[in-house]
Amino acid sequence: MSPPLLEVKDLAVHFPVTEGLLIEREVARVRAVDGVSFAIQAGETFSLVGESGCGKTTTALAALRMQDPTGGSVHFDGEDITQLDDDAMRPLRQRMQMVYQDPFSSLNPRMTVRDIVAEPLIVHRWGDKQRIESRVGELLEQVGLLPDMIDRYPHEFSGGQRQRIGIARALALEPSLILCDEPVSALDVSIQAQVINLFMDLQDALGLAYLFISHDLSVVRHMSDRVAVMYLGRIVEIAERDDLFERPRHPYTRALLAAVPVANPAAAAGRDAEMIVGEVPSVRHPPSGCRFHPRCPHALPRCAIDMPELQVVPDASTRVACHLLDEPESSGGN
Amino acid sequence: MTERPPLLAIDDLSVVFATEGGDVHAVDSVQLSVAAGETLAIVGESGSGKSVTALSVLGLLGGNGRVGRGEIRFRGENLLNLTESELRAIRGNRIAMIFQEPMSSLNPVITIGKQVAEPLTLHRGLSWEDALSEAAELLARVAIPDAAERLNDYPHQFSGGMRQRVMIAMALACSPDLIIADEPTTALDVTVQAQILDLLQRITHDKDAAQILITHDLGVVARYADRVAVMYAGRIVESAPATTLYANPAHPYTQGLMASIPSLDGTPGKRLDTIEGQPPNLAALPPGCAFAPRCRYARPACHQTAPSLEKIGPDHQRACYHDDALS
Repeated sequence: MSPPLLEVKDLAVHFPVTEGLLIEREVARVRAVDGVSFAIQAGETFSLVGESGCGKTTTALAALRMQDPTGGSVHFDGEDITQLDDDAMRPLRQRMQMVYQDPFSSLNPRMTVRDIVAEPLIVHRWGDKQRIESRVGELLEQVGLLPDMIDRYPHEFSGGQRQRIGIARALALEPSLILCDEPVSALDVSIQAQVINLFMDLQDALGLAYLFISHDLSVVRHMSDRVAVMYLGRIVEIAERDDLFERPRHPYTRALLAAVPVANPAAAAGRDAEMIVGEVPSVRHPPSGCRFHPRCPHALPRCAIDMPELQVVPDASTRVACHLLDEPESSGGN
Repeated sequence: MTERPPLLAIDDLSVVFATEGGDVHAVDSVQLSVAAGETLAIVGESGSGKSVTALSVLGLLGGNGRVGRGEIRFRGENLLNLTESELRAIRGNRIAMIFQEPMSSLNPVITIGKQVAEPLTLHRGLSWEDALSEAAELLARVAIPDAAERLNDYPHQFSGGMRQRVMIAMALACSPDLIIADEPTTALDVTVQAQILDLLQRITHDKDAAQILITHDLGVVARYADRVAVMYAGRIVESAPATTLYANPAHPYTQGLMASIPSLDGTPGKRLDTIEGQPPNLAALPPGCAFAPRCRYARPACHQTAPSLEKIGPDHQRACYHDDALS
């Protein structure tokens, strides 16, 4: 079996908190990402979900070496890229691209669509002018933009069309992996579906893998093959899509799913059991033991002391970091 | 619920903004009402006019906006005929508004305690000491932990969810009859969103107040609204009780919206139905129905005159010429 396209092991990103003007000294460390492992196969969609501050974006950036990890390893296509310098990373950059959340601020307002989409091709010396020109035309068609839009500027487009321009730019160098950070969150509801369909069509046509970040669990369920749920810098549950959404095991995953309002008035009943109180604590002062224990409706005494490790759930692909799994009467119960 | 006389009734409201490119009709012929104890959701995408409708209730349109015609009756009194000082007595007192971004609604250099207490001295004539202890009580009611100790904190010391709770506490200070919440949880995480919306819901019921909830999120509408008005390009295209709207959406735009959202109980991976085309440009609206260019049922008549809102069932109205859009 071929190695995964991207494999992250025990990834850590710690930020120093410093004090002092002339002589900075480290007074604390923020463990934004702490011991995260996952793998992405070619052609699949792997999603990271969680609330703000859970470390999903930092994890993804470190996995693509756009942020330096402070611990752990990253393999891309079997090659250890954890320590590669910028020069050595450059050829790999072509194969991993990014689509951003905000199509209004991620496109240079002074560049035409042609310039925006051609830029990565020029930077990576992809070909001569003529080849680049025809490649840009091909890309616009691929993302559903009309050829006569090529000389327009970003402000002449709606949010959905701008996101298409950003996608065309990301596709230019034929990547194998695209990091999509909240790519539809800023779009109107009627436009979201168009862009989601485009992502899925492109995946079918080009065999792309997506590392998908979203807070919208309905979109995540629709798009993903596998999903990891993060809480305060750690993965608490990682599973195949259907396992995660139909048989969520971790109390936090259940709370997250219960909090999502479903567009069906009849579905509103019976969710109160899983509602959680309070808010995500500061990542600067994470709770002891299981980081979720102060908000967990099922917390046991040992949850405040021992940090649970991810462990395999019998009869499922799921791995869960929760002490409740060791308690026979409560495991998997609702 | 519709048997009760409406607390707020908006009739034939039109709002125009003067811009360099000419007049923009942000709200056109809007008609809606909300009764005590009821939550009315106004749903729409950006530019649909849902926020402008709410701002016009409060007389907060700003310099370049004006009400072109229509009436906004609150307890039978037309708010549009009131002077600014009469309106100020109602605003923040009988009608409270909660905005999307709590950080920009709070003054960053004034303590939380002072910001919550001050309206109590103004609207209810409390002494400063009484106002402060009432403020602590209000903050406790919206589930801010250690409320009394946090009166001296500044807004930046509160999280986004906590700041929104402070806004709700301020909105509650004078037991308003009507709470208008404009995307109150859009900037918040989903577990906090559930807590905030549950809180607003409980307050609305406990105090027999009315709530207008402005949102783009059809999930939020399904969970919290009694009735729904769907807006598109400044007009209401459909209004109905929430259960009716989800079971039998009758306007092609509503139907398109419902079909286009991925849901937690849908089929993952299948192509989503889409509403083709782009949202309309309010400064250059086509004649006739604004949705016609994107509508699969559109026929020549749709491009000539905009259909008006007509009753098609009990408490169910829509603005559309097409009987074949009705399933």
